[in-house]
Amino acid sequence: MDIQFTEEQELLRSSVQRLLREQYDFEARRKIVASEEGFSRKQWDAFAELGLLAAPFSESAGGLGGGPLSTMIVMHEFGRHLVVEPFVETVVLAGGLIEQMGTPEQQQSFIPAIVDGSKIWALAWTEKASRFDFANVTTKARREGNDYVLTGAKTMVIAAPWADYLIVSARTSGDDRESGGVSLFVVDRRASGIDLQSFKTIDGRRAAELGLREVRGRLLGAEGEGVAALEACRDRAIGALCAEAVGAIGELNSATLEYSKTRKQFGTPIGSFQVLQHRMVDMFIAHQEALSLMQHLSLSLSTGDSALSRLASGAKSKIGYAGKFVAEQAVQLHGGMGMTDELNVGHYFKRISSINIQFGDPAFHVLRYAQLDAAA
Amino acid sequence: MELNLSSEDAAFRDEVRTFIAENYPQEMRVPNPETDLTKEQSLFWHRILHKKGWIAPLWPKEYGGPGWSVMQRFLFEQETSRAGTLPPLAFSVTMVGPVIYTFGNEAQKKKFLPRILSGEDWWCQGYSEPGSGSDLATVRTKAVRDGDHYIVNGHKTWTTLAQHADWIFCLVRTDPNAKPQSGISFLLIDMKSPGVTVRPIITIDGSHEVNDVFLENVRVPVENLVGEENKGWTYAKFLLGNERTSMAGVGRSTRYIGRLKQIVKAEIPADDPAHLEFLRDIARIELDVLALEATELRVVAQMARGIDPGPAASLFKIRGTEIFQDITELTHRAIGNYGLAIREHPVSANRFMPGPDYGHTASEKYLNARKLSIYGGSNEIQRNIIAKAVLGL
Repeated sequence: MDIQFTEEQELLRSSVQRLLREQYDFEARRKIVASEEGFSRKQWDAFAELGLLAAPFSESAGGLGGGPLSTMIVMHEFGRHLVVEPFVETVVLAGGLIEQMGTPEQQQSFIPAIVDGSKIWALAWTEKASRFDFANVTTKARREGNDYVLTGAKTMVIAAPWADYLIVSARTSGDDRESGGVSLFVVDRRASGIDLQSFKTIDGRRAAELGLREVRGRLLGAEGEGVAALEACRDRAIGALCAEAVGAIGELNSATLEYSKTRKQFGTPIGSFQVLQHRMVDMFIAHQEALSLMQHLSLSLSTGDSALSRLASGAKSKIGYAGKFVAEQAVQLHGGMGMTDELNVGHYFKRISSINIQFGDPAFHVLRYAQLDAAA
Repeated sequence: MELNLSSEDAAFRDEVRTFIAENYPQEMRVPNPETDLTKEQSLFWHRILHKKGWIAPLWPKEYGGPGWSVMQRFLFEQETSRAGTLPPLAFSVTMVGPVIYTFGNEAQKKKFLPRILSGEDWWCQGYSEPGSGSDLATVRTKAVRDGDHYIVNGHKTWTTLAQHADWIFCLVRTDPNAKPQSGISFLLIDMKSPGVTVRPIITIDGSHEVNDVFLENVRVPVENLVGEENKGWTYAKFLLGNERTSMAGVGRSTRYIGRLKQIVKAEIPADDPAHLEFLRDIARIELDVLALEATELRVVAQMARGIDPGPAASLFKIRGTEIFQDITELTHRAIGNYGLAIREHPVSANRFMPGPDYGHTASEKYLNARKLSIYGGSNEIQRNIIAKAVLGL
């Protein structure tokens, strides 16, 4: 199994590569992260213009029909360049949920504005006690006419400070940890009753704590479908995040290998020491395995494999541990330089650490992998 | 683990414990003392210990040490680190002080030692250079004799807290023609000298602990040479031995494990399968700490009997740092989604940080702890030392 890219996919990949090579080197990224807003509207527009924001959507929804493989291609390159713009949040999470759950009217009203880059989205599902459990929801929604009114609090909502719209999970029935009563709502981020406290994340993004007091929202999908929808959403998110992680792992390995050939200690390149050679071989193997699982998962996402969730958890766990190992060793082998903010190595380390938290850490997913097997 | 202490030693331990409880300054109990305190604040405890006569446990009595036995020194170290007190600046008290009283002349002892004890002088370490990390013997910073002075030119790096320092002790090359180890001297340089420039290095946790120190035609009086010219390597090795003895960090690890347990209890419901996994991971680390502590106690007991511990310091450094890295990693994992947030440096009260207080330093600690297996002789180097000096390979 090795994905042979079609001409279209190859074109997508080379055009993303060219754009990022020309406009998104490490110094450009540093400036974007340090800017007032923390991301670049200009880059976002460039992504839209190139069709990246349209790539995975079906043609009927106004997209290019590239599906999960196009997401994989884009995210792999984004991982190599540590792109901070909210592609996952807007296109993969929100876009995916709207395409999956939205009414035709909702699709027509929201997807074109994602595709053309004019609207940014964020997904607000985590709460103080939720950890990685979609069903652990205390935010409440009650029906009022055609709308709903939401009250509660969401935490660690990545990209919320940049977003125009939020998809918020809230409880329409049931107890605090019951999966049946959770529903999804589209909320205008600037709606009255929203209190947003933003902060920086370890990987140079922005996130927010959200307070919701009597905030108006529109139902996405049917009442009580929220957890199932988020689970499918997580599978797609894992596909994207794994591709991003593999991109980062590859860059770390190249940088480390290069450094080990040029950095001299004791009169010889440190790459000549056997202990470091074996370490780098293990890093190479970790990358190869991660790359293979990334492709395997993306193909399964495209074809809709029945054991998809289990594979997604397996990949998230395995690639998570691979990323952690490679990132830690890349810092170690770069020595003091690896610890500096100046060098890109530490920034890959931090992005991989973040990916390992988003939608569940590697330990969570290895357990889920086991549980889904037992349940089958 | 508790020792079978003699009644004198038990009384001493209780005295230390009580003294810490009654005297450790409230202002120093901040989330991350290493980065959150100003220079002045970080010296509060130093001054209290100095007044008490406990600032330099390692030093002989004639130079201002308390005259403690090996066991007393160990108990003091254990109690202070268990209590989470900020240790006195190691570069001053543990590193350069012993070099000066062991290899320095009378004038140097008289000039420098009292100011180290009082905290008046803050020292930093001028060892590493951009081209000389693990391979310290290749330092290139040059010191050329010019009458009563050396003219020093070079670039030191990873210099911890140089931004606060009054003095820097440097390895400099005085004989460019000798073999690498034979041409090095140990020089004390006033940081206020013209030609000394400090440039901050920001690390991946966002903090400013380390610096580049540039030395450009710095004139250093010959009287600041410690010991003999070109014998600096011997003094440097002596000093690195001292640096590594305190690296087991059992007290600190025990403290952080205690906090980790509280976090796991608060964050992860007991009926969540992840809870049991965390308990198992924590137990494994506790066993690592137990084994290291038992090893440390065995070595201390041997030292008390006058047996040279050899390269035990390397073992302590390897295990102590790797255990602490494991603890910070597990703590970062335990706080779940909040691990995505990080405090902004310099820390300011009006910056918002999400999540419960106990998680606020988890990200920065995890990131910062990556340095532990790199500095003070990387763990790869420590393994080489054991391979060579213990196993005879």
